[in-house]
Amino acid sequence: MFSYIGRRASHSILSVIGLLTLVFFLTRLTGDPSALYLPLDATAEARAAFARLNGLDQPIPWQFAEYLKDLLHLDFGQSLRQNRSAMEVALQAFPETLKLAFVAITLSTALAILVGSLAAARPGSLFDRIASIASLAGASAPDFWVAIVGILVFAVGLEILPTSGTGSWAHWIMPIFVLMLRPFGLLVQVVRGTMLSALASPYIKTARAKGLRRQTIIFGHALRNSLLPVVTVAGDLATSLVNGAVVVESIFGWPGIGKLMIDSIIQRDFAVVQSTILVTATAIFILNIAIDLLYAFLDPRIRY
Amino acid sequence: MKNKHDSILKGEGPILKIEGLTVDFLSNDEPVRAVDNVSFNVNRGETLVILGESGSGKSVSTSTVMDLVDCPPGDIVGGSCLFDGTELSRLDAEGRRNINGRRIAMIFQDPLAYLNPVYTVGRQIAEVFESHDAAHGKQARANAIELLRRVGIPEPESRVDFYPHQFSGGQRQRVMIAMAIALKPDILIADEPTTALDVSVQAQILDLLRDLQSETGMALVMITHDLEVAASMADRIIVMNGGKIVESGLAQEVFSNPQHPYTRRLIAALPHGEAAETSHRRSTDLTGATLLKVQHLTKEYVLASGAFAGKRTFKAVDDVSFEVRKGETLGIVGESGSGKSSIARILLRLNDPSFGEAIYAGENIFEMSGKCLVAFRRKVQMVFQDPYGSMNPRVNVRAIISEPWAIHRDLLPRSKWKDRVAELLDLVGLRPEHAERYPHQFSGGQRQRIAIARALASQPELIVCDEAVSALDVSIQAQVIDLLADLRTRLGLSYIFITHDLPIVRHFADRILVMKQGKVVEEGPTSALFSAPRHEYTQSLLKAVPKPKWLMSTEAPPAVPGAPRPERTRNGSVAG
Repeated sequence: MFSYIGRRASHSILSVIGLLTLVFFLTRLTGDPSALYLPLDATAEARAAFARLNGLDQPIPWQFAEYLKDLLHLDFGQSLRQNRSAMEVALQAFPETLKLAFVAITLSTALAILVGSLAAARPGSLFDRIASIASLAGASAPDFWVAIVGILVFAVGLEILPTSGTGSWAHWIMPIFVLMLRPFGLLVQVVRGTMLSALASPYIKTARAKGLRRQTIIFGHALRNSLLPVVTVAGDLATSLVNGAVVVESIFGWPGIGKLMIDSIIQRDFAVVQSTILVTATAIFILNIAIDLLYAFLDPRIRY
Repeated sequence: MKNKHDSILKGEGPILKIEGLTVDFLSNDEPVRAVDNVSFNVNRGETLVILGESGSGKSVSTSTVMDLVDCPPGDIVGGSCLFDGTELSRLDAEGRRNINGRRIAMIFQDPLAYLNPVYTVGRQIAEVFESHDAAHGKQARANAIELLRRVGIPEPESRVDFYPHQFSGGQRQRVMIAMAIALKPDILIADEPTTALDVSVQAQILDLLRDLQSETGMALVMITHDLEVAASMADRIIVMNGGKIVESGLAQEVFSNPQHPYTRRLIAALPHGEAAETSHRRSTDLTGATLLKVQHLTKEYVLASGAFAGKRTFKAVDDVSFEVRKGETLGIVGESGSGKSSIARILLRLNDPSFGEAIYAGENIFEMSGKCLVAFRRKVQMVFQDPYGSMNPRVNVRAIISEPWAIHRDLLPRSKWKDRVAELLDLVGLRPEHAERYPHQFSGGQRQRIAIARALASQPELIVCDEAVSALDVSIQAQVIDLLADLRTRLGLSYIFITHDLPIVRHFADRILVMKQGKVVEEGPTSALFSAPRHEYTQSLLKAVPKPKWLMSTEAPPAVPGAPRPERTRNGSVAG
């Protein structure tokens, strides 16, 4: 198992390096930061001085070589906007995203497993039909629209929830709800589908012939066998949340990594863009290994 | 046996009484009647065999007793199931739970599918005790270990923590049996318990069931399509066909003097029924030229090697040599893992051999390439075990049969395809209008006929049949083999007929190769091999074919009551 993790880690380092290279050159295509950071009437000398100070006067391949050299010393560059270490900026924002992602994905998975299993236990029942409609609506509702309508109704209209920002538990409600919608909708459909086929499988007949309780059959025997596809989809959704929910964080002014990323791109704060990518890529790599290990834990036939 | 019959005759009253049971399955058109007004009793301690082919309703009627029929699509139209004075259909969920697993238990055909893959066998056995509040925690686990030991799983203390996929097929069925007998039920229903197993493992499982029955005094209801298994187990027998009971009675009477035409037909299809030496299915002319000569064929697989262990290799096929002459049928017999199917796959160039050569009509198969290989593939065809799995479900029979002509362009001009498909369908006993149907619209036997028609389409010289009739019902098996024999005579074909079932090849093969663990252990003309098997493995295979129960009990001298019955003198219950 450890050799498996080692193998996966070495593959991931290669892909992270590739990703960073791509991001480095792509960000430089967005234009010259000095156009944004200096006043419009700045002299040519001042612009040259700014470029020299930030190493922007060198040819781009040279800049890349410098960047790689600094990476080896764990120096990830300076934020132009905030004038401090870019990695510090990224690591300050990341926990905010993680908190949001963790709560949203845990709640939606737990809820989806419950709703999906109960729906599959009685296919065609009223509960099943309501669950199907609700999950389909959740999976297909555009999150920015729900977020804006939510602000209009609960913050502007009813004035029971804050419009944006952080601070109290009330600030969590709308971002979490909007983030949960899509994962919940998708996962209910996945759980229902895999549970239906699990409940039709031969070992469930055995369980019934053994005289097990109904809830043991559904949640003990069928659910455990249905979890693998659920973990795959939930893991995929978690990845997209860890990556920073750009839209939701921007709308609700949540100081997470998604908002930081989009702000830094707009501001041409190259070092911060690169650092956020490095942080999220590493997190996604760890998440993927965790999912693989979870597979092996859930299904004894899978061994690495 | 005598005592048991006496108790039945004395009339303690049946433990299970089924009357007028009728079950429909709802479909888009008319509901299909799966069980039609079926009535029978199960007496305490007896073995009742329900015999029938697929679709005869034998499984549905017992599943109804266990409430395992899904409704819908199932629909229990009428009838009553009286178990020990309780009407089963009127039970609520809790009352049902008290019967299932505790008083009536069931084992199934395919233990791998019927065991939950994600839990250890120990947990699955302990669960029976825990859900019925018979034992908990450590005690339940200890009981599970004891049960595993009883059903003959070696090292039960450690194997109790293994998962189903870590056991062999025979051991999995033992685990299922352990689970079923955990609470000493009054009735054990065994639904085709040995159908998926090798013949020697089958004998062990049947022995185990008999032993457990005499130990616990439970009634055994055994569902099977296999007449030999039925004969070796049954006190009483019920024959079902098309959802109805067509015949019932004491086993010996039904077998020796069948009344209903269907039962007669079944028993006539039994491979042991006729004198094999005069079988019409063998070739008459055995002087044909050598068509295929295989020498020193070997297939090695390299197993995963650890850091300190050297490379280990596994020989699936180990130095096998044989010949097939024109117009001859060569039977290759062996149990699962004997390498017989590997040979078929290598000869068809689906896998590559490690060593060895195979000369087909003067050319080495393994060195063929390009056009030569395409031509070879036309001349050698294969018929697989599972005709459904080997056909594209989305195209109709016409497309399936004419595909060889699309590949081998020179074989037949497109204008003649339609007529030729009709001809081939006629040749294999189907009707020309079947060409427009899809594979799922046929029965298993019909599908195998289509597979044969497809093989014939490319005008082959040699057909390799890999367990081609193993999945079919007995009477259908006989029909398909008759068809193959007839085609051999008419078209001058040769066959390599691979099977695990000795009785089948007895009537069909001219020569037989017996394989074990990749090696040929015995080879010879069929009649010689059956009358005087030289190798002990062949002898054990022949012996493993179940013998009728009444013969076993009458073989013991009746004057000595304590005489050991022959079926008990097997060697230890080493798992398969």
